[in-house]
Amino acid sequence: MSVDIATVRRIAGLARIAITEEEAERLSPELGNILDWIEQLGEVDTAGVEPMTAVIANRLRLRDDVVTDGGIRESVLANAPQAEHGFFTVPKVIE
Amino acid sequence: MTDLTDLGIRDIRDGVRAGTFSAREVAEAFTAAVAAAKPLNAFLVETPEHALAAADSADAARAAGEVPKPLAGVPIGMKDLFCTKGVPSTAASHILEGFTPEYESTVSQKLWDAGAGMLGKLNMDQFAMGSSNETSYFGEVVSPWRRADGGNAPLAPGGSSGGSSAAVAARIAPGATGTDTGGSIRQPAAFTGISGIKPTYGRCSRWGVIAFASSLDQAGPMARDVRDCAILLEAMAGFDPKDATSLDLEVPRWEAGLNASLKGKRVGIPREYRVDDMPAEIDALWQRGIDWLRDAGAEIVEVSLPHTRYALPAYYIIAPAEASSNLARYDGVRYGLRDLPEGANLQEMYARTRAEGFGDEVKRRILIGTYVLSAGFYDAYYTQAQKVRTLIARDFERAWEQCDVLLTPTAPSAAFALGEKAADPLAMYLNDVFTVPSSLAGLPAMSVPGGVDAGGLPLGLQIIGRPLDEQGVLDAALAIEERAGFVARPARWW
Repeated sequence: MSVDIATVRRIAGLARIAITEEEAERLSPELGNILDWIEQLGEVDTAGVEPMTAVIANRLRLRDDVVTDGGIRESVLANAPQAEHGFFTVPKVIE
Repeated sequence: MTDLTDLGIRDIRDGVRAGTFSAREVAEAFTAAVAAAKPLNAFLVETPEHALAAADSADAARAAGEVPKPLAGVPIGMKDLFCTKGVPSTAASHILEGFTPEYESTVSQKLWDAGAGMLGKLNMDQFAMGSSNETSYFGEVVSPWRRADGGNAPLAPGGSSGGSSAAVAARIAPGATGTDTGGSIRQPAAFTGISGIKPTYGRCSRWGVIAFASSLDQAGPMARDVRDCAILLEAMAGFDPKDATSLDLEVPRWEAGLNASLKGKRVGIPREYRVDDMPAEIDALWQRGIDWLRDAGAEIVEVSLPHTRYALPAYYIIAPAEASSNLARYDGVRYGLRDLPEGANLQEMYARTRAEGFGDEVKRRILIGTYVLSAGFYDAYYTQAQKVRTLIARDFERAWEQCDVLLTPTAPSAAFALGEKAADPLAMYLNDVFTVPSSLAGLPAMSVPGGVDAGGLPLGLQIIGRPLDEQGVLDAALAIEERAGFVARPARWW
């Protein structure tokens, strides 16, 4: 399975990772090799097999509908690269 | 007086309880050993004040006649994947450089509640992605072991819990936490001649553990011997309502339950693990392991796990897929690195931040994960991999009809040299061939030292057990430990 440079660029765009031309050229055969190798899964007969959802049978719990968290704005913002007036700040998205 | 850093968890715990030495003396010995071991690069952050404070608290409690906590006086190393309040937690990545959690992971909190102290945060493969510790942003960990051939080639401590394995093997920490997604506790334990157990998925809370692949990630202890692992695991395990996949079960008394007699037990030898080009030494070690378990009273049976060869490719779809989703949170907004060139917009900020903040292997896995989850490919890759995962789990279920535990080698080779596999991602992935299948099935599995190779490097044997049967795994590992007589240790060069 070859992964051409345009595909590498498209995937990197979806993953929100900026890549240079050289990186795209290096990644193209690298990702292709890995995908070639995982292609072998196609040969397994999985007709009628359910995909795995939980390795250990467990039921989803419901907790009581009460507030257990909150009121910790300063803690939430403590590691933000930029925070102002009690909010995360990002570059302007609406002109 | 014995060198306190030669003691393991049990001896430290018991010695402090008996008053043979103080917790303060133990903490001082280990913090000094950590400070003197910089060439190993095992610790990213040293926290002697944490270890000393826990020690003083243990000594004060003893003086006051209080009932000792389970790990009173025991200092440990904490893998940097665990968030620790007020102490930088980076997963050895650039993108989380400077991140100082406002909260404590459940597993680390349980250890502190049990009386343990923290020597520091341990280096690892970046976001736990790697088998050699070469993907750390802060430089590779160097194994304390050297080949006996006179060469001084620096060796890989294994990965991803390579800081943990190096620290325990070098005796600068008596025990450490690890995490295991596809072998990240067991392979580094095997490479460095120590023990490590990945419990059943759901035994240890994942809350506060920086996520890699959530359906596989599981914390566990790494220590010098089987008993020490049992002691640490008892403190780490337990139900946590903050983790939706946490199992609501009592924590067994694993240490008290240890029993190296395997009378009436059946040990399965999976024939598919006899891979082509397996080194003769690994094969010979496996045979010795079979003989030891037979000597311990077990009946040996050959079993088949027919889908074994598809475990690695399935893993390298599922784990990157989950990683690409989990690591989407690193966007330069809420924590960690932000790269915002003058005039850049929000989308450019995301892409630049992630380009700058993630290492090559992390990017590679995010890209693979994004690819296999993308429109048109999802069913062919991801759904197919999850179906194969069902088949792999079914193989194990059938094996349990014939046996109680499985015995395999932990890794297909002894430790390789740093740099030896770095240029070939696939060669690196193949190192996890024996550990990944049990991870995909969520089973408890342990590595225990079995001997050394011709170069004097440790080799590990792996025990895999039924779901929730950590006791059976620990018991079989103990039976091996008692017969292997593994006493080799790295000569100090650091």
